[in-house]
Amino acid sequence: MAEAHPVGFQYVVEAKNRGAKIIHVDPRFTRTSALADEFVAVRAGADIAFLGGVINYILSNEKDFREYVVAYTNASMLVSEEFQDTEDLDGLFSGYDTELNVYDQTSWQYAGQRAEGQEEDEAHADRETASGLEQESHGPPIPADVPRDLTLRDPRCVYQILKRHYARYTPEVVEQVCGVPQDAFLSVCEAWTSNSGRERTTALVYSVGWTQHSVGVQYIRTGAIIQLLLGNMGRPGGGVMALRGHASIQGSTDIPTLFNLLPGYLPMPHHQQHETFRDWVDAIRNPEQKGFWANAEAYAVSLLKAYWGDAATEDNDWGYGWLPRLTGDHGTYQQVLDMIDGKIKGYFLLGQNPAVGSAHGKAQRLGMANLDWLVVRDLFMIESATFWKDGPEVATGEIIPAECRTEVFFMPAASHAEKEGTFTQTQRMLQWREKAVDPPGDCRSELWFFYHLGRRLRERLAGSTLDRDQGLLNLTWDYPLHGDEPSGEDVLREINGYTTADRELVPGFASLKADGSTACGCWIYSGVFKDGVNQAARRKPGREQDWVAREWGWAWPADRRTLYNRASADPEGRPWSERKKYVWWDPDKGEWTGYDVPDFEKNKPPSYRPPEGATGVAAISGDDAFIMQGDGKGWLYAPSGLIDGPLPTHYEPVESAVANPLYGQQANPTRKRYDRADNPMNPSQSAVYPYVFSTSRLTEHHTAGGMSRQLAYLSELQPEMFVEVSPQLAAERGLEHLGWATIVTARAAIEARVMVTDRLRPLRIDGRVVHQLWLPYHWGNEGLVTGDSANDLIGITLDPNVLIQESKVGTCDIRPGRRPTGPALIAFVNDYRKRADGSQ
Amino acid sequence: MGANSLYGPLDPAPDAGYVDAPPRMGFFTDTSVCIGCKACEVACKEWNGVPDDGFNLLGHSYDNTGGLSANSWRAVAFIEQPAVVPAGPVDALAEAAAGRSDALAEAGCGGAGTTREPEFLGMPGTDLPGRTPDAPRTDFRWLMMSNVCKHCTHAGCLDVCPTGALFRTEFGTVVVQEDVCNGCGYCIPACPYGVIDQRKDDGRAWKCTLCYDRIGDGLTPACAQACPTQSIQYGELDELRARAAERVEKLKDQGARLYGHDPDDGVGGDGAFFLLLDEPEVYGLPPDPIVATRDLPAMWKRAGLAGLAMAAAVAVSFLGGRR
Amino acid sequence: MKDRPMVPRADFRSYYGRPIVRPAVWHHDIAAYLFTGGLAAGSAMLAAGGDATGRPALRRAGRVTALGALVASTYFLVNDLGRPERFHHMLRVAKPTSPMSMGTWILSGFGAFAGAAAVAEAAPLLPRPLGRLLGPVGTAGQYAAAVTAPALATYTAVLLADTATPSWHAAYPELPFVFAGSALASGAGVGLIAAPPRESAPARRMAVLGAAMELYGAHRVETSKGILSEPYTQGRPGKLLRAGRTLTALGTAGALLGRRSRVVSALSGAALLAASLATRFGIFEGGIASAEDPKYTVVPQRERLAQRQQQHKQG
Ligand code: SF4
Ligand code: SF4
Repeated sequence: MAEAHPVGFQYVVEAKNRGAKIIHVDPRFTRTSALADEFVAVRAGADIAFLGGVINYILSNEKDFREYVVAYTNASMLVSEEFQDTEDLDGLFSGYDTELNVYDQTSWQYAGQRAEGQEEDEAHADRETASGLEQESHGPPIPADVPRDLTLRDPRCVYQILKRHYARYTPEVVEQVCGVPQDAFLSVCEAWTSNSGRERTTALVYSVGWTQHSVGVQYIRTGAIIQLLLGNMGRPGGGVMALRGHASIQGSTDIPTLFNLLPGYLPMPHHQQHETFRDWVDAIRNPEQKGFWANAEAYAVSLLKAYWGDAATEDNDWGYGWLPRLTGDHGTYQQVLDMIDGKIKGYFLLGQNPAVGSAHGKAQRLGMANLDWLVVRDLFMIESATFWKDGPEVATGEIIPAECRTEVFFMPAASHAEKEGTFTQTQRMLQWREKAVDPPGDCRSELWFFYHLGRRLRERLAGSTLDRDQGLLNLTWDYPLHGDEPSGEDVLREINGYTTADRELVPGFASLKADGSTACGCWIYSGVFKDGVNQAARRKPGREQDWVAREWGWAWPADRRTLYNRASADPEGRPWSERKKYVWWDPDKGEWTGYDVPDFEKNKPPSYRPPEGATGVAAISGDDAFIMQGDGKGWLYAPSGLIDGPLPTHYEPVESAVANPLYGQQANPTRKRYDRADNPMNPSQSAVYPYVFSTSRLTEHHTAGGMSRQLAYLSELQPEMFVEVSPQLAAERGLEHLGWATIVTARAAIEARVMVTDRLRPLRIDGRVVHQLWLPYHWGNEGLVTGDSANDLIGITLDPNVLIQESKVGTCDIRPGRRPTGPALIAFVNDYRKRADGSQ
Repeated sequence: MGANSLYGPLDPAPDAGYVDAPPRMGFFTDTSVCIGCKACEVACKEWNGVPDDGFNLLGHSYDNTGGLSANSWRAVAFIEQPAVVPAGPVDALAEAAAGRSDALAEAGCGGAGTTREPEFLGMPGTDLPGRTPDAPRTDFRWLMMSNVCKHCTHAGCLDVCPTGALFRTEFGTVVVQEDVCNGCGYCIPACPYGVIDQRKDDGRAWKCTLCYDRIGDGLTPACAQACPTQSIQYGELDELRARAAERVEKLKDQGARLYGHDPDDGVGGDGAFFLLLDEPEVYGLPPDPIVATRDLPAMWKRAGLAGLAMAAAVAVSFLGGRR
Repeated sequence: MKDRPMVPRADFRSYYGRPIVRPAVWHHDIAAYLFTGGLAAGSAMLAAGGDATGRPALRRAGRVTALGALVASTYFLVNDLGRPERFHHMLRVAKPTSPMSMGTWILSGFGAFAGAAAVAEAAPLLPRPLGRLLGPVGTAGQYAAAVTAPALATYTAVLLADTATPSWHAAYPELPFVFAGSALASGAGVGLIAAPPRESAPARRMAVLGAAMELYGAHRVETSKGILSEPYTQGRPGKLLRAGRTLTALGTAGALLGRRSRVVSALSGAALLAASLATRFGIFEGGIASAEDPKYTVVPQRERLAQRQQQHKQG
């Protein structure tokens, strides 16, 4: 955190100064570890084993916050008798289909749930479109009468299943799998549990490298299970916080730049699953289900009204037919491979530098070299704009500049200080940013670019009667211009939502209607322009208000600073403790009140129980704190939706130095794989690629370096690509401090200067020594300081739920000296691959 | 000249002739919370228009700045201090080097207590800082410190400057006037901390100004403003000293000590002082700096004596016998 | 080193072996100036002595060399500036705490005097009234220069010593003697080269006395400063200082023994000049070497601290 988020780390330092104990668990000793009270070295890619160990510690020592767990989680729910755990099936859950490598999730359901659950082909489509868990309500509806055992003793209740599932994650096993000594591990467990409960809460903060694993979603699920068991959700000082890699990455999923989502987490329609508007909406709201997704139709209609205005009518299903449809996997990696295969002709890159920043750099560059056209919008001439003439493949002869067909259009972009808009951070808080200076030269904002691109396209297509053009031609594209630029605030007003009749801004998403009388660009952001005020621009300093600081910025939904904050009170609506008082029921006034906006219906008393047959919001009981969930409970166990299983299970990374010590199943069985000759994977436990490597960032640089390697003041601070190795590994491989080393995988060989440091240490895993090495991934061939790209080493294997690549752990070899150049480099890498395949 | 003008405790601004000088301002750099982000280095350069210092990988842990210079007025030092535990029965490293890695594991490698001090594999310098028997520890430490000009009460640089380019400000800080400095270079060896430096392509001497052009307007110096963890604190020196005294008390058992806070030290106390977690020399600071001008009267005396001896020698030579 | 309370620490800690104090950025201009400045001083005194005792050859050689050395000094000083065009900024202030400022004024005064004296040598070539006027002015200048000369010869020792450069600063009690002696010897060297045997006796005596002062001082510097003497005995500075000593010995011996031979005298004079040059470079580089190695900053300061702590305990 100190390394990649130094500014946010100030609060950790502040907490430490006030007596907090800081524990840092990481494969290598970083700047964060330097300030931590305790550093725990762990093997990269073994986090579920570690966290599973924590769960086991909690359950076997009964350290869970029992009242909270019983009331607010699904611990007491009984699970279908057909369910079989990894304990029984050596690492697989029941329902595994060996042909499609997915699960039929029917047997995972709660007892008594509708019989037909998520089936294989559905699960397969969900994996292709990364839509397993788009909405919490996904999957078959949960009846109100799921049998529960409030004593948590029934062997089929979630609590007992959890207990059995994690029973083998003992401290000994954690040591064996993660390389963490038992006392260090137990001290983490001790600290975490003793700082949770009625009087105290613990926050779990992770950086998005955690997501970049073939089991990334399950990593975070494991963390969430712990936080639920310890009662750390929906309460002040608790939660699971993702530290994002850039400003507003949260914003870029809220109003997404993702292929499978529309604003506000509405799914992008699938051509088969959502043929009609009704199919689509019902898939989101699940008519028989309880919870706030029940109003999804209002959000969906309002979104389509925002897109198409008067052209969206009830008769044409609000223009649903004009929405593009998914036909399968259109994720970034599938697209790159499609480019290589010549299936994609044109591509836009907006502030992204995949030639350096994405896994398998060579595939990225070869893909882009096979386009007809490529638009790159960036601050500087980045590698993704010059790969066709300066990229590493030019040296090896794989790209011949004179023959490369891709026409690259470089559009200089305005930086964040040169345009207005909002950033949304990890707390879901929107903060408005004023423009400080005009962008230089031809640099322009995204808003300018897309407005004018849309305008020109519409002008070109004007009068077309082709069906496919109607979506574009009917768009409301009437933004008033200031000079030649639309105003960001106007867009934010549209996002907030308004009544279509008189363009009155709506106060929040509760006012959105499914009858076409409202339009709203993103329902979860509705209210950001409440009362005609740009709420995101509020800037009252913290010292002038209470500690929740609600007058700073604006948080979705409805300005709630903490989600599910109903859980900060006990089932009867009383604060769990005076110290952790946050939101509570005021019986005299008959309303929920507190420091934050209650994340609950204001006047629904804790004692409320839904009448028989109720659905939607009315079905939420007075103690259902998790109001977006189909059962109102926090899910320790996911009865549907997750493609790789209802409970996180330790699988080895795809490229691992060791055999899975826990199960016969080596890696995530449902991972998304691309078995192609141009995407070879290192065989697991290969003597040819004996070492584990991980990559991450340095404080001094920013991601793929486009914004830092161009600046002298940053470049001088970390001027060269390097690799960190332990003294032991250096001795084993004859590496010299500041000398050169070559790092090899099945995809590539790169060179780096050697940094011998005690900050890396060999671990003992399952009876043998495993060496880890570490690489920063900031370098490429453009800029003031250049070097090989670490991401070239990485192959493409994805998490099945969200299609994020496994780029934080792999295996490799390292040897002293520089790498070969030119065609010899290809031969060098191939030779390694042959040896690895031969020795299998 | 006042009583302590050359040496000893003193409030420098009034001594320099300021009437009604504002309180003396300074930095307290608390290295115990420094995260080595180098924001201070960058902010300083941005504000003061300091050029880059060259793109050299030094291999001094994450320090690629290599200390203060004309082109780096803040410089963050990084010191890796491995755990030092008595050698175990198995020489695990030698074994590991020989390829028998099981011995390594046997000896508990990666455990809480590592086997023995890892072999030193070529970090430059006489030794890895801190890796000496007099500082035994069981935990690995990564120390970071943002170094800066000390704005000494008795500033060697200022004392010896022959042009008056270096001057004492009303805030008690020491600043070079770039339009006056003629690059004689005398200040450079005169600084007991090795701070001030000549810019090669420019010829003049440069160093931290404690953002003289900001603090006059009531702003915080750029580095302190940028520092996310308040490792760099700016304020009235008296207040900073009080704060530091409290802080060092709190961190006593981590080996915390103050450096440069004492008005009785060899430079009359620093305007920019530090809380360190190890000996000053580990961070590249002199353990007991003394301003050279302390001895200036004695030096002139000796020079006078030598001069007289010289005159006498000439007299004797010419008058001692006529041949 | 016998008065040390503890065994000097063999090891010391530093930051990757980087220097703590910064070595002077001065080029060899300054080392050369140390020599030319001393030479100017020694020559001016030689001239005055020669004039006062009726030795015109000494007077003439002294006056001319003083001026020549002065011009060279000025060149070296200005050339070494980072901003040579701003050399006159030296004259903005007169600062007692700055040996360089003091030196500037000493050099300026000396320069005016020595200049007058040297120009007077040209009197016979000038038209009469002017020439006649020049004589007394030159004489006055010559004596004034001689009076200023010891300051010129010794202030440079303070200049070096008033720094944090460990081996320069530690040498401050003796450095003025080294420089004074070296200045005398170099002045004497000029006399030996320029004067016929009948005029050269004072120059010989001056050589002996100067050499004695220089050798005594250098010996102290090289032996009594503990670890800080080391840089003067090792490497290039060590070689230079040893060469200086040998040359001084040779020059002095030649001056004493070769008094009848003009050639031997001249050679001795040259040896003395070379000795002075070598000594100055040796001292200059020795100091730089002491700044470049953090050992010379850390170890003595550590000892000082330990001593203070012990006193504290005892007191
Ligand atoms: S630290 Fe050095 S440069 Fe700074 S004021 Fe003191 S003597 Fe001058
Ligand atoms: S002093 Fe502050 S700004 Fe500088 S490196 Fe340390 S934490 Fe960062």
